[in-house]
Amino acid sequence: MATLGPNQGDAVRIGVYICHCGINIAGKVDVADVTQFAASLPGVVVARDYKFMCSDPGQELIQQDIREHGLNRIVVASCSPLMHEATFRRAAAEGGINPFFFQMANIREHVSWVTADKAAATEKSRALVAAAVSRVGGHEALERQRVAVKPDVLVVGGGIAGIHAALTLADSGKTVYLVEREPTIGGHMAKFDKTFPTLDCAACILTPKMSLVRQHPNITLWTYAEVADVSGYVGNFSVTVRRKPRYVIEDRCVGCNACVEACVFKEGKFADEFNYGLAKRKPVYMPFPQATPSVVLIDPATCLHFKTGKCKQACKAACERDAIDFDQRDELVEIEVGAIVVATGFQPFDAERVPEYGYGQYPGVYTSLEVERLVNASGPTGGEITLRDGRVPKAVGIIHCVGSRDHATNKYCSRVCCMYSLKLAHLVKERTGAEIYNFYIDMRTPGKGYEEFYDKLLEEGVHFIRGRAAEVTDWTMTPDEEGKLVIRAEDTLIGAVRRIPVDMVVLSVGLEAQADAGEVRRLFNISCSHEGWFLERHPKLAPVSTFTDGVFLAGACQGPKDIPDTVAQAGAAAAEAMALIDKGYVELEPNTAFIDEERCSGCKTCIAMCPYSAISFIADARVARVNEALCKGCGTCVAACPSAAAQQHLFTDDQIFDEIAGVLSYV
Amino acid sequence: MTYLYYPGCSLKGTGRGYEESLLAVFDALQLPWAEVKDWNCCGATAYMAVDEVKAFTLAARNLAIAREQGGETAQVIAPCSACYLVLCKAQHVIHDAPEIGARITDALGAAQLTYGPRVQVRHPLDVLINDVGTERLAAAATAPLRGRRVACYYGCQMVRPYATFDDQYAPTSMDRVLRAMGAETVDWPLKTRCCGGTLTGTIEDVGLRLNYILLREAKKRGADAIATACPLCQFNLECYQDKISAVYGASRLPVLYFSQFMGMALGLSEARLGIQRNFVPLAAAV
Repeated sequence: MATLGPNQGDAVRIGVYICHCGINIAGKVDVADVTQFAASLPGVVVARDYKFMCSDPGQELIQQDIREHGLNRIVVASCSPLMHEATFRRAAAEGGINPFFFQMANIREHVSWVTADKAAATEKSRALVAAAVSRVGGHEALERQRVAVKPDVLVVGGGIAGIHAALTLADSGKTVYLVEREPTIGGHMAKFDKTFPTLDCAACILTPKMSLVRQHPNITLWTYAEVADVSGYVGNFSVTVRRKPRYVIEDRCVGCNACVEACVFKEGKFADEFNYGLAKRKPVYMPFPQATPSVVLIDPATCLHFKTGKCKQACKAACERDAIDFDQRDELVEIEVGAIVVATGFQPFDAERVPEYGYGQYPGVYTSLEVERLVNASGPTGGEITLRDGRVPKAVGIIHCVGSRDHATNKYCSRVCCMYSLKLAHLVKERTGAEIYNFYIDMRTPGKGYEEFYDKLLEEGVHFIRGRAAEVTDWTMTPDEEGKLVIRAEDTLIGAVRRIPVDMVVLSVGLEAQADAGEVRRLFNISCSHEGWFLERHPKLAPVSTFTDGVFLAGACQGPKDIPDTVAQAGAAAAEAMALIDKGYVELEPNTAFIDEERCSGCKTCIAMCPYSAISFIADARVARVNEALCKGCGTCVAACPSAAAQQHLFTDDQIFDEIAGVLSYV
Repeated sequence: MTYLYYPGCSLKGTGRGYEESLLAVFDALQLPWAEVKDWNCCGATAYMAVDEVKAFTLAARNLAIAREQGGETAQVIAPCSACYLVLCKAQHVIHDAPEIGARITDALGAAQLTYGPRVQVRHPLDVLINDVGTERLAAAATAPLRGRRVACYYGCQMVRPYATFDDQYAPTSMDRVLRAMGAETVDWPLKTRCCGGTLTGTIEDVGLRLNYILLREAKKRGADAIATACPLCQFNLECYQDKISAVYGASRLPVLYFSQFMGMALGLSEARLGIQRNFVPLAAAV
């Protein structure tokens, strides 16, 4: 034990530091006892305990001991390495020793937080400290490798999050690739009429940003495109983008709509996606008047040419710029970027999953997004709120929490529905004078000016019924219910079941992770919560980073959020990406695998096993070799190698055996 | 394979018309059946409210003797919704709550009985839709129910909480079966709304109101009869019509078991189908 490392001429001199972590550790572990025990271990020169080792004075303690006692190895017994390994390595380096002459023993997550009995916790802490002390003597000095960072950034998703991130990055001089899978950028926000609580017109604040994206010299915009493949690592990602055929040559189209006019379908016949089917479009269409880019596309599922091959192609003849190209195919584009911002957004909850509210069954039942289109001046009714049968509603019920706060669908609160329900209540009342009934569980209005907006609605005479609606139905009890939809709900404030007859029901649908979030997650090698939201690295202190370095999150793909929060997060993600790129290089952790070429038999087992394609075969030498820039230090090849040629820095066999010996010596 | 028919108390009592018609329909469709020998109470309502474990043990005994009679994969037909629910619930509890499951299987062990997890509990509508199929049913309907407008009423227990073979909110199996028999079924949103259960016996005015809502709405939608699959629903809907009419105004509507309608379409006599047991006579089809 405590043999000399190959890079160390002097005898091993270890300092051991036991952290109290306030009472997190000291409440369960007898830190004085563990410190005394550590002091008795071979090679240990000094052992101390301290309230917060991660604090400035704690780190100073280590550095002072290095100077005064000539320490050349450090062990800190505290929290998880995920939390503070980097902190203590830095402290060791600043004290003048190689940062990898350090070992951490986790006596918080692995001991004090999970052990009820104080004596048992102290025993286990002793064992872990003995293991760390035993292993640290064999540590080698390692150097971090620096790799240059590619200067460009990929932004995935062209909603308000992606737009804001792309513009922020582009304004700082970065070259940005913005990839959007729909034919236009703008996302959900482009569909809204007004935004809460200020009631600014959504189009007035969004469309200028959309055209800035289009015009910005630093932004390459690819709509109707998807990321097909991502490889590489932080600072050096290779990305393949698949551009789907829109059967219109984007550079030639000027958005004059002559082709749409000329189409053999004289009227729109097919459900218009942008208006949730409330309007009809032709097979060749502009998604909406302010679409960016202002380029039409042809839907092969409905176009006569694609369906029958027998269309006279009036659209092609009408295009003066010869922009229509029925032979377009998928196009794959390769780009190299240093950082990626994922801003893929959300999907609205499918209201048909709550059958008791009658969506899809009763024509008078709408989702909130459909009503956004109805109240929108550029929507299918020009802003007139008329029902599917042409009537103007006299009474409207808005049911909150559809697909939110519900154990049968989604348990979480979608955060935006209370506020957009208030906004829709205001707009519908303003336009129709209808009586509006909000059915709510709790009103959640935590935001700047939000509660004030709620107050305003109360004064406007909008009704609020506290209780989750039980059902929307058309069976009637009284003459005034005839021909109406009846919302049945328990009013928990008066303690009675109420029946409210209305003409229109608005279902305030919640936000869900995109249906293909699982595939997107694998593409970018990031994690998801069990609801499908992409997982941030730390919920408080790293809210836009992911567990994959160089991949950042913005907007509702990380969880439900409103426009102000989305824009703030998009700005933060852009700043993080800039910080990474402007530094110019990344330091790679040296805990990588390497091949002892003397021992390598060239069997290639490791090459097939490596999940990161980091190992290649050198034909001349007939050996495998690891690309340290690609290696993530997972250790798979080390375990798989039949001749023990594959080894890993910081996890050599000797180091692991030393660690085991430390635990066993204590037992 | 022979279906093991589990009658429960109702089908030997107030629901005799259900038993008579269902078994006649099974015979007419050549579905082999045999009554579970030495069956006992399913464990419903009263037992369940006093001692759940005893209630589940009663249910599990029926499943254990069905296993002895019909083997590991015996199929038990439970026409009464309460029986169907309790038998299903016992299976779920034994599976999901091993501690309670152990007490139940120990109790069965004391009577030298073994619970069989693969014994299936099935509702006759499940068998008719999934084992027979609407095509075969339509082909067998020698006297199709032309001109009949029926409101299919499912009640709660058949589809809740275990929606094993139909939708929890808008079930369709009975509609599909009766349409295959030539009837028209009315679309209405009260298919699974409460019939009052035992409230008609305890808080009568509430029970009467609930049944009034069902009768009124079925009539309003043009139904000339209600079809049910549950003896308690049938009893509540049919036997209180005098009282309901006295309180709310005329509310008369024949209430038959779906199997009685099926038997008519299969050309069976009214006597074989127990139709004479119904209080509200069914007018001739238009």
